[in-house]
Amino acid sequence: MTTALAATPIADARRQRRRASAARWQDALFLHTTRSFAALVLVLLLSIIVALGYAAWPALAKFGAGFFVTNVWNPVTSEFGALAPIYGTLVTSAIALVIGVPVSFGIALFLTEMCPPVLKRPLGTAVELLAAIPSIIYGMWGLFVFAPFFADHVQPVLASTLGKTWLIGPLFQGAPTGLGVLTAGIILAIMVIPFIASVMRDVFEIVPPVLKESAYGIGCTTWEVVRSVVLPYTRIGVVGGIMLGLGRALGETMAVTFVIGNAYRIRASLFEPGNSIASALANEFNEAADPIHRGALITLGLVLFVLTLIVLAASRLLIARLARGEGART
Amino acid sequence: MTILSRYRQRLLVNRFNLAMSIATMAIGMLFLFWILAVLFMNGLEALSPALFTQSTPPPGSAGGLKNALYGSLLIVGTATLVATPIGILAGVYLAEYGRTGWFAEATRFVNDMLLSAPSIILGLFIYTVYVLHVGHFSGWAGSMALALIAIPVVVRTTENMLRLVPSSLREAAVALGAPMWKVILMVTLRAVRGGVITGVLLAVARISGETAPLLFTALNNQFFSTDMNAPMANLPVVIFQFAMSPFDDWKTLAWAAALLITLAVLVLNILARTVFRQTSVR
Repeated sequence: MTTALAATPIADARRQRRRASAARWQDALFLHTTRSFAALVLVLLLSIIVALGYAAWPALAKFGAGFFVTNVWNPVTSEFGALAPIYGTLVTSAIALVIGVPVSFGIALFLTEMCPPVLKRPLGTAVELLAAIPSIIYGMWGLFVFAPFFADHVQPVLASTLGKTWLIGPLFQGAPTGLGVLTAGIILAIMVIPFIASVMRDVFEIVPPVLKESAYGIGCTTWEVVRSVVLPYTRIGVVGGIMLGLGRALGETMAVTFVIGNAYRIRASLFEPGNSIASALANEFNEAADPIHRGALITLGLVLFVLTLIVLAASRLLIARLARGEGART
Repeated sequence: MTILSRYRQRLLVNRFNLAMSIATMAIGMLFLFWILAVLFMNGLEALSPALFTQSTPPPGSAGGLKNALYGSLLIVGTATLVATPIGILAGVYLAEYGRTGWFAEATRFVNDMLLSAPSIILGLFIYTVYVLHVGHFSGWAGSMALALIAIPVVVRTTENMLRLVPSSLREAAVALGAPMWKVILMVTLRAVRGGVITGVLLAVARISGETAPLLFTALNNQFFSTDMNAPMANLPVVIFQFAMSPFDDWKTLAWAAALLITLAVLVLNILARTVFRQTSVR
């Protein structure tokens, strides 16, 4: 009895020590495993840039900086300049923002200030479903349904009204084929609306109720509260949301490929077919047998990636700044 | 009188702007229902049992989508199996160990950018580092590209969900003498299981409709193939090729494929938002 009693604490202590040291190395192993997976994410971004840069190098070395400012795309003679697809990417994204931002703002305003509580969740989910529909579905719908509709009913109207105005008139002239830069921009607008609207909704909801209530208390209308209290308070976040939408619009591929018309041209009219970086890649990459042709396309991809990274980084920094400011204030 | 008319004007402005706001909401819904209606009208017509029993036909004859359905399931399934553990563990690191410090901050930043980066770039990346070196397109390459798209989604949701777990839960487990890894795997992760599953489902929904990254990786295959090391048929690329073709049979099949993909994506989204919805710790 006494010996058993004497032995137990020693055995216990030994077992405990063993268990503690096992726990220590297991913990270290777990920490390092999870950390290496996190590092994988970090390394991924760098390796994308390095791999694309390496693959793009032959074409870049051959064409130099002129690649970005010349408008020629001739696989037969191996002459490549990226101005047309870069122009197409920027113009379609700009159209998407011009249309998408006001609409997203309206939706966010409706969902935060006016929507009956019962409808809030279903309508919010419906807007998010717009983002869930795959890009290629937008492309098919755009090609078979929206483009013919647009050519028959919208483009003639645009041409006879806006097309006759001073300064912006030339943008809306030409044959109403339904396929072209404007159609691509409009479809992009529908695709980025859910992203911009959801950021706007989130930042509108962090406005302290006290601020809004005091504005209502001195007799402001809902619109005045939004314009003079909500918007100034959330300005940075709203801009961040718009940048997020821009980042999405720049890289959108399939929907644009279906409707933009795929022509290496820069024309004043938005009715004309054009090309974007992503659609050029989707259309041509598999047919590009010549290494210089492929290199030129990979260079385009690198340009697109760097462009979206800059825009997305700006977006993320702006939204984070709003969140931090919010933390400091409360 | 002037005060009254000023008041009327303010009310008018208010009413006009709120009406515009309702109109924008209506526009959004209009497009959603327009797209879905077109999809269902064209797709339901094209649905038939043959879709699931025959492979994609040569131009000008009838056929089905068996090879593409099987290929899509295989590619997306493999991508999910690869992305889920990587994404969850990286998310665990960010939430449990990496609350502060430059490494975690940088990872979070990069992850957010990858979340919105153009998917076609990831296809291009896998092409340059894998397809170019092995010399042929393959199902494996397609899975890799899709996994890279899914990982940031899983990382983000896992981290967000774990941050909801109150510290008292961790402290209680640690106080009982449990080592950290056990606390995380058995207590905190378990507490937000529903939320993590939601993240995985949303990632699957996201990648199952992706077309651009598969163009340069899995490509397509007209025949039924189970070889992941060869070009593989998949629904998105079949839609792309068939919809752009001049053949009516192919276009019909493209609508059927489009309906199947959209249904799968919508069901996954709604499942994730309702069945596994979690905004607090259970």
